[in-house]
Amino acid sequence: MKPTLPLEELMSPGHLACQGCGAGIAMRTTLKALGRDTMFTFPACCWTVIDGPFPYSCLEVPLLHMAFEATAATAAGIKAAMNALGKDKTTICGWAGDGGTFDIGLQALSGAAERNDDIFYFCYDNEAYMNTGIQRSGATPYGAWTTTTPVKHFKKEVKKSIDDIVAAHKPPYQATASVAYPEDLYKKLIKAKDIRGFKFIHIISPCPPGWKARPEDTVKLARLAVQTGIFPVYEVEAGKYAQTMKTPNRKPVLEYLKLQGRFKHLKEDDVAEIQRIVDARYAELEKRFQGC
Amino acid sequence: MAKDRTKIDFQKLEELPPMVQSLRSMAANPTGSWRNLKPVIDLANCIHCTICWKFCPDAAIDWVDDNPVINLDFCKGCGICAEECPKKCIEMVKEGK
Amino acid sequence: MKKVMMGNHAISHGATLSRVQVIAAYPITPQTQVVELLSEIVADQKLKAEFIKVESEHSAMAACIGASSAGARAFTATSAQGLALMHELLHWAAGARLPIVMADINRAMAPPWTIWTDQNDSLSQRDTGWMQFYCQSNQEVLDSVIMAYKVAEKVLMPVMIVLDAFSLSHTYEIVDLPDQALVDTYLPPFDYKYKLNVNDPHTYGGLTTPDWYMEFRVKMQEAMEQALGIIKKEAVEFEKTFGRRYDPVEPYMVDDADIVLVTSGTAASTARFAVDQMRKKGKKVGNLRMRLLRPFPFADVREHLKNARKVVIVDRNISYGYHGIWAQEVKSALYGHSKVPVFNFIAGLGGRDIFPETYIDIVNQVKKMKKPDQELYWVEVKR
Repeated sequence: MKPTLPLEELMSPGHLACQGCGAGIAMRTTLKALGRDTMFTFPACCWTVIDGPFPYSCLEVPLLHMAFEATAATAAGIKAAMNALGKDKTTICGWAGDGGTFDIGLQALSGAAERNDDIFYFCYDNEAYMNTGIQRSGATPYGAWTTTTPVKHFKKEVKKSIDDIVAAHKPPYQATASVAYPEDLYKKLIKAKDIRGFKFIHIISPCPPGWKARPEDTVKLARLAVQTGIFPVYEVEAGKYAQTMKTPNRKPVLEYLKLQGRFKHLKEDDVAEIQRIVDARYAELEKRFQGC
Repeated sequence: MAKDRTKIDFQKLEELPPMVQSLRSMAANPTGSWRNLKPVIDLANCIHCTICWKFCPDAAIDWVDDNPVINLDFCKGCGICAEECPKKCIEMVKEGK
Repeated sequence: MKKVMMGNHAISHGATLSRVQVIAAYPITPQTQVVELLSEIVADQKLKAEFIKVESEHSAMAACIGASSAGARAFTATSAQGLALMHELLHWAAGARLPIVMADINRAMAPPWTIWTDQNDSLSQRDTGWMQFYCQSNQEVLDSVIMAYKVAEKVLMPVMIVLDAFSLSHTYEIVDLPDQALVDTYLPPFDYKYKLNVNDPHTYGGLTTPDWYMEFRVKMQEAMEQALGIIKKEAVEFEKTFGRRYDPVEPYMVDDADIVLVTSGTAASTARFAVDQMRKKGKKVGNLRMRLLRPFPFADVREHLKNARKVVIVDRNISYGYHGIWAQEVKSALYGHSKVPVFNFIAGLGGRDIFPETYIDIVNQVKKMKKPDQELYWVEVKR
């Protein structure tokens, strides 16, 4: 059978991601789509470590490590330089975790989106500060345990809707994606590569140690996140929403929650509350998918 | 163009670049020792769907002549390939067995 | 071509003549005219550059770091709170060995809100790995931007051009705008050996263990030590090309002076004026203007202060719980080399004027003392 993605690997094995890391799949797939004429900047995030220590790197494209809150502005600077140097074809990417995107890097992200800088901004979302040892972020969902939202005081705030925040900037392209559907991510990136302006890609990326899940369940969880409607997968092109992974018969959220230790403490009422939150959010999005 | 996959041992200051710059590939770092369980593929039942290959977070499955080949130098034993295999023809077995 | 211009516009022209390729900046009083003029120059395509109008100073420096890493000549300008917001990335730019040049208009730090000059903003960035050139005229400001790129790109360390709010930034002076062709012969295009390059991909700034972190810090220190020699060499080169000379320190009538006033910024030109007045009255007073904070010109300071009977450092800044910051630097240079008594006066904070009479009063006060009986003396404080 013909592989559904290019065989060329621009991410080497031997990197330092944990077993079953979703962010490994996210990067590997992204590189297959963007190819060698691509540059990255990373803020502080899991990938700071995954890439490898000096003098090694697992990437075969240039990468500039940068401070936590600086991703979008740094990428904008690289892009400006490439324009000034007459190399405007190179794809410039910021690649940040959820903490660097939802929280500390939000201002720079908003600035770059508003200026419509011609860059990709990727957020691989594992729903907490995993690299520092599982502290809650603005991306941590309601009900989750983290080391700063202990079981007795699990997180009571709902996940920040970063996609709506970005959408308010009306970028030419934005999309959500799941590491369970690499072909969908690949297709989106191939399309977005040719769109000039700000492109935001939000990838749900399960974290076995942080979610207290089995490493072999990473893809299953990333799939269930979509199938339950917890993480709808869609794209927004020039303001027009399109659901790229349809979920006509959404599964109950419990199927997703029960595979993760971070939700183990939840009682029936709590699960019902999560179902309510997800249903409401999904209904809101469905209207946009239908163009209402 | 692929990066040098061997280790590098600096001896002194003069050998270093002025700033922290990568000079070799992480492929110089075999991660196979992280593994407790190793995937064993029963190729007789394999339908060559590439699912195990595309989901490997470690790029530790090579696709060779239409077959998946696990690179045990790097496979961390996460088990995603076995879990996702539609034919269930990958088994995770204890290391040393 | 001679033109009358404000200090801020001298910066803009210096950046334009240096053919900067990426500018990223955020407005702050008293820096705004720097970027206003530059944005116009870029929009009029009189300079082939990209101007990123970022949403904060932190992002301004981040964009400069990205641009410089990709091999472009990058420039920004800021002041006070903006510089403080950049602090994290000042370390980053230096640690990444990027020859970025930035102008900082010295403005006092808040609270309370203020927009007037003192040096606590730039001096607080002393240990970030940036060279700092303190200017006293608009001509020096313009020339320093050009020279800064030359030095920075040779040693791969960033440079901050420092000038006083209002007393320089908004003061109009005659400035000789050098010919572009002349500047081009002095400052070749930036060719960065370590730029991000898809044909030779490397990762920069990755995790570094205790095994090697320290060696990279040794390299930074060596680059700074090398920079001092290059700055001295470039002072000669610059004079050959443009007819103007800027040394790490600028002595004025110090050789036979009993009392030497050590000053920086525009307060130095006032000090010279006061020296002239005192000399007319037979007082043997001199002035040593500090142009370089980093790399620190130890030998020059020792040389020019070796004949002084009293050294008086007038600081437009303070390190709370210690004393003036230039005093700390100069004392450290003299320690073990000289037994001369060192007096420290703190003056002109938050933009309070420093007049020639201020220096005359200081000298009169110092004359009465054999050695200092306090770590610092406040100047013209209402008690």
